[in-house]
Amino acid sequence: MGEWKVPAELRYAETDEWFAVDGDVVTIGITDYAQDQLNDIVYVEFRDPGDSIDAGDSFGEVESVKAASELYSAVDGEIIEVNAALEDSPEIVNADPFGAGWMVKIRAEDLSALQALMDAAAYDAYCDSR
Amino acid sequence: MDGLQPLIYDIGAPGRIGVNLPEPDVPEAELPTELLRDDLPLPEVGELQVVRHFVKLSQLNFSIDKGFYPLGSCTMKYNPKVNEDAARLPGFAQLHPLIEEAGAQGALHLMYQLQRWLGEISGFEAVSLTPAAGAQGEFAGILMIRNYHLDRGEGQRDIILVPNSAHGTNPATVTMAGMRVRELPSNDQGNVDLDSLRAACQGELRDQIAGMMITVPSTLGLFESTIHDVIDIVHEAGGLMYMDGANMNALMAVVKPGELDFDVMHYNLHKTFSTPHGGGGPGSGAVGVNDKLKDYLPGPVVDIIEGEDDSGAPLYGYVMPEKSIGRIKAFQGNFGMHLRAFAYIRVYGDTGIRDVTRYAVLNANYLRAKLMKTYKLPYPRYCGHEFVLEGHFDDVEEVHALDISKRLMDYGFHPPTNYFPLIVPEALLIEPTETEVKEDLDAFVEAMESIAEEARTQPELLLNAPHTAPVRRLDEVRAVKELILCCAPALPAAGD
Repeated sequence: MGEWKVPAELRYAETDEWFAVDGDVVTIGITDYAQDQLNDIVYVEFRDPGDSIDAGDSFGEVESVKAASELYSAVDGEIIEVNAALEDSPEIVNADPFGAGWMVKIRAEDLSALQALMDAAAYDAYCDSR
Repeated sequence: MDGLQPLIYDIGAPGRIGVNLPEPDVPEAELPTELLRDDLPLPEVGELQVVRHFVKLSQLNFSIDKGFYPLGSCTMKYNPKVNEDAARLPGFAQLHPLIEEAGAQGALHLMYQLQRWLGEISGFEAVSLTPAAGAQGEFAGILMIRNYHLDRGEGQRDIILVPNSAHGTNPATVTMAGMRVRELPSNDQGNVDLDSLRAACQGELRDQIAGMMITVPSTLGLFESTIHDVIDIVHEAGGLMYMDGANMNALMAVVKPGELDFDVMHYNLHKTFSTPHGGGGPGSGAVGVNDKLKDYLPGPVVDIIEGEDDSGAPLYGYVMPEKSIGRIKAFQGNFGMHLRAFAYIRVYGDTGIRDVTRYAVLNANYLRAKLMKTYKLPYPRYCGHEFVLEGHFDDVEEVHALDISKRLMDYGFHPPTNYFPLIVPEALLIEPTETEVKEDLDAFVEAMESIAEEARTQPELLLNAPHTAPVRRLDEVRAVKELILCCAPALPAAGD
């Protein structure tokens, strides 16, 4: 249907979050496809830094003019930072979903869960199939 | 501001008087000076100005009395005028809610009868009319389920299963009731995915399952063809079944949820039973329950408290069910809506109610069969009283469901529901209701076909629509982010 950016170095969940790994810190955001589907994002809310989180748990929610969606982590760990700039300017997620629009950083207990996620080619095909 | 009306504050003039009040026939008294204020500007307008002002405002609005209103999942059905006649009968309209029961026997008889009719229509044992609207009916239903488990020493049961096609109110209700939501996926038929349901009900969470909330037909307008399995699986795990009755317009007098083995449901009297909806409300979200939950109903319910007297009339009174979750609304709920729903059921009768359902389903399937030639139909099955299309075209990327909807306004139709259910991309959820005639349905089809053609030949007509409405395309982002809706404070009176 459309053309979406799918950076090669990231891992992707079926719920349209991306995961970037740096040491034991995992940065999470939503994909270009997700922001395009959601349309103009008007509100984001995240759990607090210091909260521990299990894989499959929601770490926050994102709301657009079309819909509200939960955001899910694929790893167990502790939230160490959230992107506070998005609180006043959630439209950054639309403009730069893989850069300035990152959402939370989690210190992961175990990175192996990321292996079960999609790589860029698989996620690209997954978006095309929808 | 073209086409819009000034505020009533802006059309008056100081000293202009609309009504001449008679001389007071009681002694005049001075108000305490600390209670007097001079910062309260009131509109000073004549009666004719007031009439014109509000008539013009009403003409800016769109309503079902003015045109086709196919807002899916909302059942914006026609509100028959006989309901309004009934609601204005002085014996009802002038009744004070605090009157002694003995002085309101007509109203109590009506509520008693409505409880029984709603029970009969849905196959439930008992009904409470008190919830104020659908979401409050849901809340009452889930509290009843919670208390049922608590009374059985199973307070650990706090998970309510909710399909991913559900109305947003369902998970919100569960959270409000202090319970946990577990979302279930739908399969490619649009039904609840039974494998996921079994996994949730038969796995390690089995003892924590409190129940499931499900809409039938689903918000996709599709009858859950495996509903018996769904109900059995949840019951076997010890959970109770809640039916969201928002889509009862596809079932009335054809399928009884109580006989399907649901334990509790809410009715939207303001959808299915034709009482005013939206800005014309208030709503009414009566709840029906089976034997397991009848003692938990929110109260008061109306019952016969003394047998027949010499004249043959029983005495009706208010009763709190034995283990009631309590009172969730002042007085008896929205009695004016009970009255209108009573009139609706009474006028149609049992075969008429069945015809309502049949025409609602026929009209929806007629539109579905016509429109699937031009628009993508994600679930190609017979539908209930509504159906969902995808509002986009593979060959015109820039056009979205929203643009199609805005353009429909130029053709004189209220847009269908947009972007719900969430599991269909660019969803357009269309519900014609039973009262539309073939000519009007055909006119809607023609408009939708013209819009599909315009999307390819003149897409800017869609992208810039609406062109004829009092206001043009709204800035939805700004509307969500700037929440101050008051007009600017009025200027101080001259001379200050």
